[in-house]
Amino acid sequence: MSKNPEFVKFDKVDKSYDGKVLVVKDLQLDIAEGEFITMLGPSGSGKTTCLMMLAGFETPTNGEILLDGNIISNIPPHKRGIGMVFQNYALFPHMTVYENLAFPLRVRKIEKDEIDKKVDKALSMVSLNGFETRMPGQLSGGQQQRVAVARALVFDPAVVLMDEPLGALDKNLRESMQYEIKHIHESIGVTVVYVTHDQSEALTMSNRIAVFNDGKVQQLSNPAELYEKPVNSFVAEFIGENNTFNGEVSDISGDKCKVKLSNAEILSNAISVKSKGEKTTVSLRPERALIDPSEKMDNMFSGKIEEVIYHGDHTRVRVNLLGNPEFILKVPNSTSNLELKVNQDIKIGWNSYDARALDPK
Amino acid sequence: MSSETKQILTTDGIPLEVSLKKAEKKNKIKAFLLVAPLLIFLFITYVFPIGEMFTRSVDDKMITNMLPKTFKAMEKWDGKELPSEEVFAGFYSDYKVLIENQTQGKLGQRLNKEKNGFNSITKKLMRQIKRNKIDESQSIKEQIMKVHKRWRDVEYWQAIKRTAPPYTMAKYLKGMDMYFAADGSIAQVDEDRRIHRILWLRTLEIALFVTIFCFLMGYPIAHLLATLPMKYSNLLMICVLLPFWTSLLVRTASWMILLQQQGVVNDFFVMIGLVADDNRPEMMYNKVGTYVAMTQILLPFMVLPLYSVMKTISPSLMRAGKSLGGTPFVAFWKVYFPLTIPGIGAGCLLVFILAIGYYITPALVGGASGTLISNQIAYHMKTTLDWSFASAMGLMLLSGVLVIYWIYNKLVGVDNIKLG
Repeated sequence: MSKNPEFVKFDKVDKSYDGKVLVVKDLQLDIAEGEFITMLGPSGSGKTTCLMMLAGFETPTNGEILLDGNIISNIPPHKRGIGMVFQNYALFPHMTVYENLAFPLRVRKIEKDEIDKKVDKALSMVSLNGFETRMPGQLSGGQQQRVAVARALVFDPAVVLMDEPLGALDKNLRESMQYEIKHIHESIGVTVVYVTHDQSEALTMSNRIAVFNDGKVQQLSNPAELYEKPVNSFVAEFIGENNTFNGEVSDISGDKCKVKLSNAEILSNAISVKSKGEKTTVSLRPERALIDPSEKMDNMFSGKIEEVIYHGDHTRVRVNLLGNPEFILKVPNSTSNLELKVNQDIKIGWNSYDARALDPK
Repeated sequence: MSSETKQILTTDGIPLEVSLKKAEKKNKIKAFLLVAPLLIFLFITYVFPIGEMFTRSVDDKMITNMLPKTFKAMEKWDGKELPSEEVFAGFYSDYKVLIENQTQGKLGQRLNKEKNGFNSITKKLMRQIKRNKIDESQSIKEQIMKVHKRWRDVEYWQAIKRTAPPYTMAKYLKGMDMYFAADGSIAQVDEDRRIHRILWLRTLEIALFVTIFCFLMGYPIAHLLATLPMKYSNLLMICVLLPFWTSLLVRTASWMILLQQQGVVNDFFVMIGLVADDNRPEMMYNKVGTYVAMTQILLPFMVLPLYSVMKTISPSLMRAGKSLGGTPFVAFWKVYFPLTIPGIGAGCLLVFILAIGYYITPALVGGASGTLISNQIAYHMKTTLDWSFASAMGLMLLSGVLVIYWIYNKLVGVDNIKLG
């Protein structure tokens, strides 16, 4: 079966609620069939609005949304055949688990035997067999969540939307549910559009992540690329931890550049700088900087340890480096025989290809 | 298990249970003292008056006290033939005492209610006694029977015997247009005199329709209130509550101004040509007036419980219903509506119970065909002064409400009610 790379397509979609502010600006997004795509962003970035437009509860102010090549902007929600898992589960509290799951099948006038079979299958998918006669109020948060997922999948929709479905669960449950949802997606191959503000959730689950900010997609790529190669400082800041240096490009050649800080010059990848004299923010992941590196690195500076925090598997070291007192290092504990003490001066080095000169903050 | 049966002691050696009870006793007393004023208030204003009403409604001690000797003598009487000399003598001496106390008139009136024609023959007997025409050495039975031929009629003596018990259900039967016939069986009032049953049915009918109208109008309003943004919903809420803050009398009077034949509504109908000027419909002093005014007045009682329930229903439930493939109607009917049933139940029960006992509005705008049972109760309280009958009807109304409440509990369940 050939997968349609433009199964869901946002084509130049704008959305405004009040006619003054655009909450979604010129959105261009293609979602492939069977893909798990996550819309990630801070609250108010327009990601939920996009989801609501796809579900049909909001209409685009401008532009079109296409599902499998058909324009769906004028189709009411109940005819779109899109499953949805809501933030607060939205299970019908007056119906049993069975009735909740049977609801989408009954409105489609499916025969009773068939309904029984499908409900049974959906429940076994979320390992909730035997809970048919329970009311949603008698289930725990995680169980309710699974019922909601099963209900969104029971009628075999082409696309399933999930609007921060794990937001109300505690940390451990959230993590196990992440894997569970990921496995369900892998086993049935449905297209999932997932909305969250939790970056680790997005990184764990998705094929691709669309990072939203200010009504725009800042970057759309797979989790590794998003983390390793952020295209702008918002993404670098939002995904994972990040050390930054603000400076000015003093020299640029090819994809390398020199950035002049107040008291030093660092080598970096030139990502969004084009010419000398541009202001830039250099971003560096904490685990890419090493203390007393054995091999030669093209950025070597010394700084003073401000704080040492033990984190179990690693130690976080806060260093005052090149005028930045918030420079964080992650030192794995297994290999570390280092004696790290506050006020100690240490050498810190990193490779220029790990540092990215992005747009200024 | 030994650990279960073993008594647990506190560190002071007192059994834990005793110690716990002791510790909680103080709190219990405090809690009781806090609710005591309300309990006493409820007792004085609710339990006591209802008890009083009940005794009044069945009380028939007046005659029992007036004719003690008669009833004593009547105990041996089989009630088929004319009573014996003893009964006549007992009645004579009782009646003489009443004449001396000048309370004989009440007896005549009361007996007249039991059977027509008593008033004149007791008065006639009184005159004979006052003129000392009755010779106590002779057979009193013979002499009384000579006073009037009705004294020779066994039915009249049966009527007196019927009044003997100190308690009677007669008032309740009267409220249902029934009475105790001469032989003690329960009989129906003649068809053209059955006013109470019509009133009961009309009360039920009006209460039912007012409830339905309130529901039909209140449901969309409550839904709008629950879904509008705060700043609009507050304004709308004030509009709903505004009539609440206006005196009931003022509101009813304003409906009179609106609905009368030369009133605003009729003027409007004439203006738009809906009715001819010389053929203005009567919208007041009939059921229409009662329906319109009561619906408007009781509407908030429907809207508020509905609103409080709808407010708790998450909008994502309707969305879920739609996204799962339900048309907006199906989503409403299968998801939203069932969740509002507690509010519907509370609103309907509240409106129905208020409507069934409504008084001022039907009295003012109801006219002859729009008055309810409560107006009849008021009539007996104020005009005929038959308080025992008014009490009996009041209690019938109360038990009717309790029956409805019971049925409601069976159907919907009182636990499901949400008043806010």
